[in-house]
Amino acid sequence: MKYRDIREISMNFIPIAAFLLALLIGAIMIAILGISPLIAYQALLKGAFGSMNAIADTVVKATPLLFVGLGICIAFRAGVLNIGGEGQLVVGALSATIICLVFPNLTGWILILIALFFGFLGGAIWAGIAGFLKAYFNVNEILSTIMLNYIAVYGMNYLLRGPIMDPLQVKLGSFIPQTARLSQAVDLPRFIPTRLHLGTIIAIFFAILVYIFLWRTTIGFRIRMIGQNIQASRASGINVQKYMVLAFFLSGALVGLGGAIEVIGVHHRMFTDGSATGFTGSAGFNGIVAALFGQLHPIGTIPASLLLGALLTGANKMQRVVQVPSALIGALNGLIVIFVVGSEYLRRRQTRRVERIMKVEHNSKNKNKKEDK
Amino acid sequence: MEAIIIGVLKSAIRLTTPYLYASIGETIGQLSGVLNLGVDGVMLMGAFSAFFTVLKTGNLGLGLLVAIVVGGIFGLLIAFVNVTLKAQQGISGIGFYIFGLGLSSLLFRTMIGTVQTVSGFSPLSIPLLSNIPIVGEIFFRQNILVYGAFALVPISWFILNKTPLGLSIRAVGQHPEAADSLGVNIVRIRYLTVIFGGMLSGIAGASLSIALLNVFQQNLTNGMGFIAVALVYFGAWRPLSVLSGALLFSTVNAIQIWIQVKGINIPSDFTLMLPYIVTIVVLAAMAKRYVRPPKALNKPFERGE
Repeated sequence: MKYRDIREISMNFIPIAAFLLALLIGAIMIAILGISPLIAYQALLKGAFGSMNAIADTVVKATPLLFVGLGICIAFRAGVLNIGGEGQLVVGALSATIICLVFPNLTGWILILIALFFGFLGGAIWAGIAGFLKAYFNVNEILSTIMLNYIAVYGMNYLLRGPIMDPLQVKLGSFIPQTARLSQAVDLPRFIPTRLHLGTIIAIFFAILVYIFLWRTTIGFRIRMIGQNIQASRASGINVQKYMVLAFFLSGALVGLGGAIEVIGVHHRMFTDGSATGFTGSAGFNGIVAALFGQLHPIGTIPASLLLGALLTGANKMQRVVQVPSALIGALNGLIVIFVVGSEYLRRRQTRRVERIMKVEHNSKNKNKKEDK
Repeated sequence: MEAIIIGVLKSAIRLTTPYLYASIGETIGQLSGVLNLGVDGVMLMGAFSAFFTVLKTGNLGLGLLVAIVVGGIFGLLIAFVNVTLKAQQGISGIGFYIFGLGLSSLLFRTMIGTVQTVSGFSPLSIPLLSNIPIVGEIFFRQNILVYGAFALVPISWFILNKTPLGLSIRAVGQHPEAADSLGVNIVRIRYLTVIFGGMLSGIAGASLSIALLNVFQQNLTNGMGFIAVALVYFGAWRPLSVLSGALLFSTVNAIQIWIQVKGINIPSDFTLMLPYIVTIVVLAAMAKRYVRPPKALNKPFERGE
């Protein structure tokens, strides 16, 4: 194998190396807590892949990450950061829940489609606000999406503690902030006996769709062009503002769809613990990690979200077996983000180096040819 | 009515403190071209370390010092990732936020466990000034960290606008190539501003846990660090405007708390939403007098070859 091939292959392993390094630091933290990292990680691995059910749980956990990751891919390719995944998940899930509560008697498939559509629309509008503010009022999208996260959470808390609270909770006087269980007709089909549901397949379908959209359609091309070079796009007559709003809209739509699927595929109701995390499990942030890990490519995001899903599912098990506070996984997640973005530069530099080597080789070949003549 | 207004304003001034420290630190970092979104995580770490130190030793000064050191260490790490490794700053910041949130919760769970209180910095009446009616009550009977935060505004203004260091910082953020050709060490300046910003975020956290609230719990800041970053945009990278933004924001917040305490019949979720809505609306309204961010913000510096 040539030197440059090794280089080229090693490039793709840099994010994985970064991931492993983060796990290593996690191991040190576990050791400091006085627990054997070996036993802890063993529990993690077993929790993620140890049985049929464990694998299904991993896939179920990965599904919202994939939806968020796909949304992030679109936003990123348009050159904007969408950090509002948490809020968009909440709004998407709420929209789907409310529509199911309003029309409990519709036939299953129709209601499922309507619920998915409303999740899609809810997330799209929520992100669209940020896109609109960015395109026409120059409001920094990082800030507006974060503010919208908080607004969504308080809105959710209000609705779940009042207007759409489970009537049973009111009658019992326990006032747990959640809705009634949605009609079983709207439950997404499951692969019994596991918890795996149809949502995962929908997610993979959308991953392919996003790939086709971004790389095989004119609109997708324009969105990517804006992300590459906004001045050139403007000069070539692209309505930058319109496409920026569209990118946000679609980005939020996918996230919102993920939220709706969490409701009708997993929980079958909406609930809150007062923060966003209670419902989303921080998928809005972890999906960013998945997208990054998948090199901001919709197809690459599929295995990336699986990996993270495994980590999260396994961590749950690890927490039960070796009594590690769940906050450790939070810290570990943060480390993974930091290491993966940090390593991105090394990868870029490596890519450049490979290109340079190829150029040199190319030139020397040409030179040889000339000399032959 | 007068007592209510004084009460609300006094608590508004108190609430401004953490925002001011964090926002001024972020302003300086952004002026040098580094966007740090991890402020909230650093604040949480500062809040925890200060609280833990005070809980164990009872020494407030030491608690503050530890928060500054921890904040500085986080600043160093953030600078390493953003400046040396040239990472995507928006995302690395989210990473540091998640890391700080997780680590502070983990440390809290393993080292403290339950919610406890400490006796934090007590109000320090400034002689004479505190006797001025109304104004004295609102401004001059606060704790020392509040005074520190307000003192920071003119100090940072002076450093940024009237000293060679400030000129270098702004040059590095506006036109790094030019600054580089004039021999300004870009990497050093950016490390300096980000570490300093980290220290201030540490103090911001400490001001919550050992001066304003005197408790620590998981996610104590509840996103204050992000608001602090928003205030930097709001204030268009000028310390004085950042101050006015922080004052506006904390007044809205103080009114919101007052409404809740008074039990006025508005669902608390709506009042809690208010500060965030105000922030978005104000950011949008400011579009008209839009000020350009530092040109090199969020752009790692690469020397041309």
